[in-house]
Amino acid sequence: MNNRLRVLRAERGWSQQDLAERLEVSRQSVNAIETGRYDPSLPLAFRIAELFGLAIEDVFVSPSKESAS
Amino acid sequence: MTCTPAQRRYNRRIIVLSIIYAAILLPVCWVFVRHLASGPLAYALGVAPALPVSGFFAVIGLYFVEETDEYLRMLMARQVIVASGLAMTVATFWGFLENFGLVPHLVAYAWPIVWFAGLGVGALVNKLIDRSAA
Repeated sequence: MNNRLRVLRAERGWSQQDLAERLEVSRQSVNAIETGRYDPSLPLAFRIAELFGLAIEDVFVSPSKESAS
Repeated sequence: MTCTPAQRRYNRRIIVLSIIYAAILLPVCWVFVRHLASGPLAYALGVAPALPVSGFFAVIGLYFVEETDEYLRMLMARQVIVASGLAMTVATFWGFLENFGLVPHLVAYAWPIVWFAGLGVGALVNKLIDRSAA
């Protein structure tokens, strides 16, 4: 699932490790989510969105919208 | 790469169980080679090495319970699925070949060994998937 995690992280000057610590997950997890290799669970997706003060759909691209575009 | 607390506990438990396994296996083999045990004692000693090996499976189960990082949990789940598929497949093939007298008899505790080797294959699969998706 595509997402804007890398951009949002870069805007704040955070490394993957910084973000991982804020989310209380491993850096591996952040990397996997960021590169679209792993789709987070709904609770983790909410945690990510809330950390950036955004709605989930502002962070993650809906697969149905992605295929429609 | 830093370990999560659950991974640290997992590693520590596996090391402790491995030491216990070696500590039990050597004297038990020594006793049986010299035919020093019989009756209920022989059964008790006979199953003793199986206990820490069974513990390995419990440790893996505990890891799933304790690991809070869902991505790492998924990686371990994939490893376990690969290991189970591999061990069951090899056991099935071997079983039929053995039944038809084409291969020698293999002791049943060989299959957990194949399963543990399968965990290694699973780790390799994780790495390959990770690399191909990167």
